[in-house]
Formats: sequence, C-alpha cells, structure tokens
Amino acid sequence: MSEINGASGRASGAIVMDGVRKGYGEDWSWQQVIESVSLDLPPGQFTAVVGPSGCGKTTLVNLLAGFERADEGSIAVDGRIVSGTSRDRMVVFQESALMPWLTTYQNVAFGPKLRGDMRGAALDREIDRLLNKVGLAEFKDKFPLQLSGGMQRRAELARAMINSPSIMIMDEPFRGLDAMTRELMQEFLLRLFEETGRTHFFVTSEIEEAIFLADRLVVLSNRPVTVRTVIDIELPRPREFHLLSTPEAYDYKREALEILHEEAMKSFGGGGSVQNELVEAIARRG
Amino acid sequence: MTGSPVESVSGRRSEPPRGMALFAYRAGRMVRTTGPYLTVLGIGAWLLLWWLFSEVWYLPRFEKMPGPVAVLSDLFARDPFQGISIFTDEYYEHIWVSCRRILFAFCIATGVGVPLGLCMGWSVQFRHYTFPILETLRPIPILAWVPLSILMFRGFEAPVIFLATLASLFVTTLNTMLGVQSIDESYFRAAGCLGSNRWQIFRHVVVPGALPFIFTGLQISIGVAWFSLVAAEMVSGDWGLGYLIVDAYMNNVTVPMVIGMITLGFVGWGTSVLVRIAGNRMMQWRTRALALEGR
Repeated sequence: MSEINGASGRASGAIVMDGVRKGYGEDWSWQQVIESVSLDLPPGQFTAVVGPSGCGKTTLVNLLAGFERADEGSIAVDGRIVSGTSRDRMVVFQESALMPWLTTYQNVAFGPKLRGDMRGAALDREIDRLLNKVGLAEFKDKFPLQLSGGMQRRAELARAMINSPSIMIMDEPFRGLDAMTRELMQEFLLRLFEETGRTHFFVTSEIEEAIFLADRLVVLSNRPVTVRTVIDIELPRPREFHLLSTPEAYDYKREALEILHEEAMKSFGGGGSVQNELVEAIARRG
Repeated sequence: MTGSPVESVSGRRSEPPRGMALFAYRAGRMVRTTGPYLTVLGIGAWLLLWWLFSEVWYLPRFEKMPGPVAVLSDLFARDPFQGISIFTDEYYEHIWVSCRRILFAFCIATGVGVPLGLCMGWSVQFRHYTFPILETLRPIPILAWVPLSILMFRGFEAPVIFLATLASLFVTTLNTMLGVQSIDESYFRAAGCLGSNRWQIFRHVVVPGALPFIFTGLQISIGVAWFSLVAAEMVSGDWGLGYLIVDAYMNNVTVPMVIGMITLGFVGWGTSVLVRIAGNRMMQWRTRALALEGR
C-alpha cells in the first residue's frame, strides 16, 4: 500500500473550520462549549491544539471526527463538509479504544476486513509491516489487556494507519503514560509524521509536547472556546528531543504559556491571591 | 532516537507445560498452599458439628434431622435402609431427570434471553416496546406461576420446564441488556471510524462487548433455574431431585430427603462450574488479563 502522499505527490487533509459553534443542554441549562472556532489548516501539516483543561478540546475532536454535528458553522476536509465518520479521518482516543476482545493483529485488521478492501496474504503482509514499524510484531497474538500502556497506543496507531487516512485526529493520546514512555511515544510519532507527511490534528494539554511535535500551535481560550492565537512553530525538521532546550523553543513556549496562563486564571474564577500564586507557580515550572 | 521502541517477550526460561504436565504442575502448586487444607478442615468441622448436634447430643430441633453417619452409611450402602443410595438406579434417574429439565430450560432461556437482551440494549425503540413488560413480569415469584403453568401445559414435564425457563429467562435478558449498555462509547466510535455499518457494529462490538455481563447473568440464571425447578418438582412431578425430597418427606423417610438436598448442592455447583468454564473459553481476552493479575 502506498503511503499517504506517495501516489499523487500532493498532500491531502486540508481542514477548514468556519464559525463552528457547539453547546449542550436544554434552554435553561445551556452550556456554550464552543463559542466560535474558525481555522484554516493546510494539508500535510502537524497541528497541535492546546487549551486549558476542560475547555472543550474533546468536543472539537468529536466534531471534526464526525461523532457530533456543530450547531452552527461548518467543517470541511479537502472541500467536503464533514457529516459523519469516515475512514479518511482516523481518531486515536484519549484512553485506548482497542477492542479488548480482539488480538493486536485482529484489531489492526478490523477496518480493512469489515470494509473488505484488503484481504488474505496482502492484508497479512501489510499488518506485519505496520506491526514491525510500531515494534509490536512479537505481540500480534496478544490481547490489549496483556499489553503495556505504551504498546496499546502503538497498536492503536497501527490500527489507524492501515486505513491510510488523510487526517490523524489524536485526542491527548499519550495521557496516562509515564513520563519516559510518553517521551518515547512523542519521538515515535514525530518520526512517523516526518516519514509520511500525513496531516495531524493533535490535541494536548502539554505545551512542550505540542511545540516538540507541531508545525503550528493553536491556542484555545477557556470555555466557551475561541481561538486565542495561532503560532507557527518554525523549528527545523527532523527534530530531536534536545530541541526543547534551545532558546527558540523556549520563546515559543513562553509566548503560548502567557496566553494559557491568562486563560487558566479565568477558570479559577477571578482568583484570590492564593490561586494566583498557584497558577504562577505552575506557569514558572512549565 | 533511533530504531523503534521494541520490547522483547520477557526472559522465558522454558516452554509452558501442556496437558497432563500442566495439570500436575497446578496440582503440585496447589498442595503447597494452605488453601486445600483449610477447605478440608472447614468441611470436617462442619460435618463434626452436624454429627454432634444430631447424633451425639440430640439437641432440640435436631432430633429429627438425620445425622451424617446415618446419611453417609445409607448413601454408600449396597442395600440402603431407606431406599436411596449410589447403588440404586432410582438415585441416578432422579438426577438425570432434573438435569435434563435444567438443560432444556437453560438452553431455551439462553437462546431466547440473550438475543432479546442484545436487541433491548442495542435498540432504544425495541426497549420501549419490551422493557416495561419485562419489568412487570420479572418481580412475579415463580411459585405464583405454578397454577397457571399446570393449567397451560399437560403432563409433568412441560410445566416444570416452563417454570425453570421463565425464571432464568428474566435474569439472562436483563443481564444481557445491561451488558450492552455497559459497553464504552469509544468502541462504537472507533468501529464507526473504521467504517463498520450498523450490523457489523452489532456483530463485532455489541455481542463481544456484552459477553462478560452475559456470562455473569448465565451463572445467576442457572442457579435460579435450579431453584425454580425444585420448587416446581415439589408441587408437580413424578421424578427429579425436588420430587425425591418432598416424596421422602411425605413417606416419613428423612435420609433420602437429606441425600436429595446434598445431591442438589453438588449437581448445582457442577453446572455453575460448567457455565464458568464455557465463559472463560469464550472470553480468552479476559481470562488472560485476569491471569496476568494473578487471579
């Protein structure tokens, strides 16, 4: 199977969000989650979306994936309006959503087998290639609950990649992993991206992770969500982990943190002095 | 970083044992723990108390209860004093008849209850049709169905099987429905992303996802089936362990009564174990994960 941009030589997966609004509840309990989000994301880029925790990033993911519909505005991918799920937009979930009753192999085979667009020896070869790539060849007959957290995430990456989607949507995919595994997974994902040039829409609450991975950084406001700013991360690729200790990376980090800090303060409700100090301490540490 | 992150299959020193070797290994490990000895001790203490109460001290309320010596000597007698022992054909006939009825009842209840519960969990519309009826019928005690079942069905066999089926049907249906509702939304979403249609989601997400609850339900359901079977056999019957118990009571022979009770205990336990084994076979993914946690 050809990699994403191999055949046409042109990247696909351009995302255009135009005035997207979304809220939940009845009239009397209405919660506006997304106030207004407009974004124009070119194909073949790695976009990282950061925002204060609980601001509604997952809602944005659900809309882009097609799990939910926006109340107003539209989302288009390569010019086509999103109206439901599609194999072109693969989601890697917060907690692993591998089917626990299927082995690693069967999980990866799930999509192609159901759609019937790849079978037999060709499918076996493709799965073997992908499992080798994510380092799980030896574990193809294990069930997800027998794998470590990091291995589960890699199996999930393989399950998504076999469908050669034009966009990988990732909703805090490395949450809950220990620091070391997380770092390895970030480098691993970075290499996959640099190899394939596939469009990524990556939601995270970790600013360093976002700067390390992304071409552009979308900083969201607190709830109800608007786009506070979009920062182009012009750091050279291929990237290595020590990149984060360079002054350029530090500048990006400070720029984003200042906005996030401001937004986080809002969710502390005006903030007494104790809360102020706490938020500032977190900002300094970050 | 270079090279993909690869874990190797942990340092295995030898191939895992299989078949008889595995059995011997497990048995060997078991006798080295305190578990089996505590079990033997517990059963011994229980038998001792029973013996002291009914055959040594003749405590009030216990004087009519046959003691363990009387029961066991009759149970293993070639020519039992009160008619029932492991050497009489009657004993096995009673067991066989009850087991056959349970088999029928359990199969019908599972065959109807699991699909019904899956549909109820899967389709909101279907749930609106059926759930209120289920919830109204479910609390009616099985004994309240006895007169109706005798009126509805002829003979001894059909009403008894009907009652046992009914009891386990409710349990199985309800548990299956809850099983479907317990499936995490992300599996449905993942399956949707991967391009499954509604039927494929039912087949590949709903059914396997509900299995843990289904088998919990089946374990309870087979117990409930025994419960209502025996009640039914006591009211109307010609054979079966429930009939044996009530018949012995009517004829004032108490030892077969106790033999019937003990036999019920063992047979019921056996059927539960069979259901559990079937469940573990069908849910390897779960069994292996639990094994990793040492359970």
